[in-house]
Amino acid sequence: MLRQIEGSRAVAEAVALCRPRVVSAYPISPQTHIIEGVGSLVKSGRLKPCEFINVESEFAAMSVSIGAAATGARAYTATSGPGLLDMAEAVFNASGLGLPIVMTVANRAVGAPINIGNDHSDAMALRDSGWIQLFAETNQHAVDLHIQAFRLAERLSVPVMVCMDGFILTHSVERVEIPTQEQVDRYLRPFAPQQVLDPAAPVSIGAMVGPEAFTEVRYLAHARLLEALVCIPELAAEFERVVGRPSGGLVSAYRSEDAETIVVALGSVVGTVKDVVDQMREEGLKIGVVAVTTFRPFPEQALGQALEGAHRVVVIEKAFAVGGRGVLGAQVDALVSDRGTKTYTVVAGLGGRSIPEASLRRVLGEAIRGELGAMSFLDLDRVVVDRELARMAEDPRRAPSTARVPRDVRENAARIV
Amino acid sequence: MTEQTSSYCQVGSFAVGNRLVDPHLRTVQSDRLRPNALTSGHRACQGCGEALGARFVLDAAMAATDRQLIVVNATGCLEVFSTPYPETAWQVAWMHSLFGNTAAVATGVAAALKVRGDTATRVIAQAGDGGTVDIGFGCLSGMFERNDDVLFVCYDNQAYMNTGVQRSASTPAAARTATTEARGREPGNAFGQGKNLPALAVAHEIPYVATASVAYLHDLEAKVGRAMELHGARYLHVLVPCPLGWGAASRDTIRLARLACETGLFPLFEAAHGEILSATPIRHREPVEAYLRPQRRFAHLFADPPRTDDIARIQAIADRNIGRFDLLGERAGKGSR
Ligand SMILES: Cc1ncc(C[n+]2csc(CCOP(=O)(O)OP(=O)(O)O)c2C)c(N)n1
Ligand code: SF4
Ligand SMILES: [Mg+2]
Repeated sequence: MLRQIEGSRAVAEAVALCRPRVVSAYPISPQTHIIEGVGSLVKSGRLKPCEFINVESEFAAMSVSIGAAATGARAYTATSGPGLLDMAEAVFNASGLGLPIVMTVANRAVGAPINIGNDHSDAMALRDSGWIQLFAETNQHAVDLHIQAFRLAERLSVPVMVCMDGFILTHSVERVEIPTQEQVDRYLRPFAPQQVLDPAAPVSIGAMVGPEAFTEVRYLAHARLLEALVCIPELAAEFERVVGRPSGGLVSAYRSEDAETIVVALGSVVGTVKDVVDQMREEGLKIGVVAVTTFRPFPEQALGQALEGAHRVVVIEKAFAVGGRGVLGAQVDALVSDRGTKTYTVVAGLGGRSIPEASLRRVLGEAIRGELGAMSFLDLDRVVVDRELARMAEDPRRAPSTARVPRDVRENAARIV
Repeated sequence: MTEQTSSYCQVGSFAVGNRLVDPHLRTVQSDRLRPNALTSGHRACQGCGEALGARFVLDAAMAATDRQLIVVNATGCLEVFSTPYPETAWQVAWMHSLFGNTAAVATGVAAALKVRGDTATRVIAQAGDGGTVDIGFGCLSGMFERNDDVLFVCYDNQAYMNTGVQRSASTPAAARTATTEARGREPGNAFGQGKNLPALAVAHEIPYVATASVAYLHDLEAKVGRAMELHGARYLHVLVPCPLGWGAASRDTIRLARLACETGLFPLFEAAHGEILSATPIRHREPVEAYLRPQRRFAHLFADPPRTDDIARIQAIADRNIGRFDLLGERAGKGSR
């Protein structure tokens, strides 16, 4: 059914259609509307049977999911930014135990300074946790990915994180087609766990493994995660057959076939980039964009193919490795640099800063003219940063001031106006 | 010596003689066909109170539930010595996730059973004192507060044994551990610190809280049995001496577990919904010295010169427990049995 609906509510509805049996909830912006939505569907009796548990922390939220999944129940939870880090130890544990939990990550910055706005620092911090990580471009995409996520998780016994940009997607109201219960039931059958806690056939789950076998165990987890690269396109194709809409997959390309310049990005910013691509195409520039839908496992082959023929690749990233390079950027660089393709990493949209089309056009123009640095920060306020760097140079022990920078930024903005 | 009735007690020993009691009163442990939830071959130290306690508790719980039991175990000695991959000593459905999340994992297990309509299968979460009173306390308190249908059992050996005997919030005053060395002006663990978890559990007003000791098998099994008759959040705190961490002889595990109670340092009681129901009276009151002396973790108290001040402070702790729980039956007017 086509509905005008908030992204969080749409995801809550999609999750309910997947009939999770245990949902654990701990509030954090911008994820709150999702768990409120699921909770409301449970309370109203529309989602049943389902145990909705208000836990005391994200660490508990993931741990409850672990216990439920190990006992054969389809388990779901959602979180954001600091919440994801609070549960980090249990996130690794869930994948290590091969439990097919599905979790929404309404992507949020990680402090200090505390910031509830959107970026991808949370998901990137846990990119090596052994979970499949999918990034939604639109709310329609988020709905579809959640339904595919349960199927994927249970097919491979691997947990899946569906990442959707906090506020930008979670809090925006747009038209979304929600599949019918009948369609979802056809696509997603009841959970048939591979191993389960059962008094009738007792097993010991979570034994200690020493150096004699740990490498092999990790290798097998890696091999299992790589299987998702085959599985994801198959399940996306099946989704299209059942629901009648293409959605999901590894990467998704837009006007990139003959492109000399290709933008690579994750999540909702792809929409803005598409508009910029259209504008620049009108001006006769050969430019396109490739969205990485599946970030973990990393779709090397599919992305490598999608970037074939490009002279330059500009990676727009809402996170970066502090003291290092971009995260996605470094991986893209490793993929295409030996073909002679130049790569640029543009860090953008940190802590909820908007990514204006004009700024994107400017950096893309610089990249095309060969004027862009290998790594740059979109719309960085150089005046403010240089002033603070000068202060820090005077007193090397002084850390960058989180109090002064916002004030300087305000003053600077006032001057510009 | 005061006069005493020798109910269930053999002469010269306080062990309950199974031969003397009716078959239906005999312990689960004495049954040749006991479940042996934790079977032989595991790698605990000789005389490990925790290994003993876990088998006592789980066998009793399996007997009470017709073996319909799922166990969630925290990281710690019990987990490490029982499941060195690819071996397992557990003959019960068993899971280990992490150190600090055991109560929450058990909540998840219980929720999965409930949603499936499985009312027969019951859930036990178990952890050492570190996994209970320190790192596991957030999840435990949440599980209590929600009244989730889980019995949480703490095997209290009063330190982080698995990592080499470091202080926990359950380590008693003056005890030497690797992080509270027996040096300086105040050797061992500081006085006036620590967390009384049974009291905190009572404060959550959950359906059942009890303390037990591996020295009193009948009492321990009875408490497990009562806990399994109830639903909702339940808590059992079992004192389990650790020969390695306490610096005690392996053969003294039961003796120390008994002395801890008879000195008043570890009161045995039951509570329900926030009210203390009963406490087990002390049969033979012992001075704390009798308990402290055999343990090398307290050796500095008996050095030259002895720390009589610290011993007196420990005695005061015991006396306070005795008063608080009326362990000598003075308020009840019974005197010692
Ligand atoms: C998050 C985390 N922190 C620390 C540890 C290290 N650790 C493992 S077992 C243990 C001690 C366990 O102590 P306790 O819970 O009292 O159980 P015991 O070994 O004494 O039976 C510690 C500190 C860990 N495994 N995980
Ligand atoms: S160190 Fe203590 S608790 Fe651990 S196995 Fe040995 S006796 Fe048991
Ligand atoms: Mg301990």
